[in-house]
Formats: sequence, C-alpha cells, structure tokens
Amino acid sequence: MVDRGESELVAKLRAGDEHAFTALVDRYHAAMRRLARTFVSTDAAADEVVQDTWVVVLDGIAKFEERSSFKTWLFRILVNRARTKGTREARTVPASSLASDDERDPAVDPARFDQRGMWSSPPERWDAETPEKLMLRQELVVALDQAIRELPERQRTVVVLRDVLGWTSDEVCNVLELEETNQRVLLHRARSRLREMLEQYRTR
Amino acid sequence: MLTCQELTELATDYVEGETPFERRVSVWMHLAMCKHCRAYLRQYRDTIAALGRLPEEPPPPECREELLRRFRGRTP
Repeated sequence: MVDRGESELVAKLRAGDEHAFTALVDRYHAAMRRLARTFVSTDAAADEVVQDTWVVVLDGIAKFEERSSFKTWLFRILVNRARTKGTREARTVPASSLASDDERDPAVDPARFDQRGMWSSPPERWDAETPEKLMLRQELVVALDQAIRELPERQRTVVVLRDVLGWTSDEVCNVLELEETNQRVLLHRARSRLREMLEQYRTR
Repeated sequence: MLTCQELTELATDYVEGETPFERRVSVWMHLAMCKHCRAYLRQYRDTIAALGRLPEEPPPPECREELLRRFRGRTP
C-alpha cells in the first residue's frame, strides 16, 4: 500500500526538512514506543530504543531505496534494536515471561470441556458492557497491559501490532519477517490468552 | 459436527475470514445451536475491540526536543 502523504514526507526529510521530521516523529512515535516496550522491561529503555532508531533513520535516509515502505523500513530497524536491547537485558534481569510459547497450547483449558469436546465449564457471561465502557475502567487498562507483557515475546509483538496498533497482517508479516500462517497462530494464542485473562478478571 | 473445543481453536481463522466456505458453514451451524460458543465468540471479539482501545501516549515534549536537537546537529 502506497501512502502518498508518507512518500512526500520522506522526500522532504531527505532534503533536510525539519517539519517533515517532526511530522514523521508525531505520526509514529506512540506506535514505536509501544512496540519497543514489548521487548524491553522499562519505559526508559523503550524511549532509548525509539531515540536510537531515529538516529539510525537519519543516518540511513539518504540510502533508503524505497524497496519497502518507509513504515516497514522504520519498524524493522526498531524491532532489530529493541530485540538486541531486550536480549542484553535478559542476561542481567530474570526472564519476565515464564509463559510457554508452545504453538500447540490450547485456546481454552481442556479441562473445561467434556469427553465429547462440549463445554462442561462454559465461558462466564460478561456484563452487557461495550468495549468502550470497559476501557474506561482504569484498573482494566492496567490489567490488560500487564497481561500483554506476560505473553511470550512473539505472541506479544504480533498482538500489539495487529490489535493494539491496528496493522494489517501483511504489514506485520513484512516487519517481523513471518509467514502469514505463523502470524495467525501467534495471534490466535495471544488473543485466546487475553480473552481468558479478561474472563477471569471480570468474574473475580 | 464441530465440537465446542474445535470451535475455540477456529476462532481466529473465522474472525480473520480465513476459514474455507464449508468450515464456515459448520461454524455457523454450531453457533446457531450453542449459546456458550456464541458467548465465547462475543468475548473473543470484545477482547480484540478492547485491545484497540488501549490509550495512546503522545511523545513527551522532552523527547521530541531531544530528537530535534539531534536532527539540527546533523544538517549542515
């Protein structure tokens, strides 16, 4: 997908236009920060990754050949830097995520089904609250953020890009260099776990 | 006939529109008869919607200024 406004900004950035730079920063900063935060353990570390990424972008913009979109290029740089920083952190900090990354993990605890595969412990009904109303509850926002952080890394990255930031599966596959089917499996595990967390949270 | 357990594993393919037609029909038939799976799928969709409504933080002004400083530092 070609984003007209974006290619114009990129051309201006190449020419050293400061407004183009701030426009791109404003356009992508929040998404970059959120994605970086899925790899590193503190907000400060995420901010550093974002800053470093922009420095790399400024250094490399002259050589950027537009074989991919600017957005893909930008986020690939970010993911590489965030991963490196996250790995370095993991050597000093105990692993934050103990959740398994097994792709065969079931969407729902098998104990909740009978022998014929029908619900024996069906989903608890949620109040008739819309997601908008749900997210007005600050404690739920905090709980959901925390639950995302507890997901295994690959699931976390995919669900943040797809559902929190609203990217298409093509964009996600391009940036993370994933096969489409693999992307969908990771998304499935992540969403299933987050639904389960919300169910437990709502009925507690 | 699709079981409830199978349906929970198909949720993502189904919502993403990646189930072949015949599979989709069996999902519809199951949902028509099973209120628990209807509830499950509603919750699944509500989860996605809730994720899309997590608040977005604008760049803190210090960070924006620092980036600008670096930008100006490199243009001749």
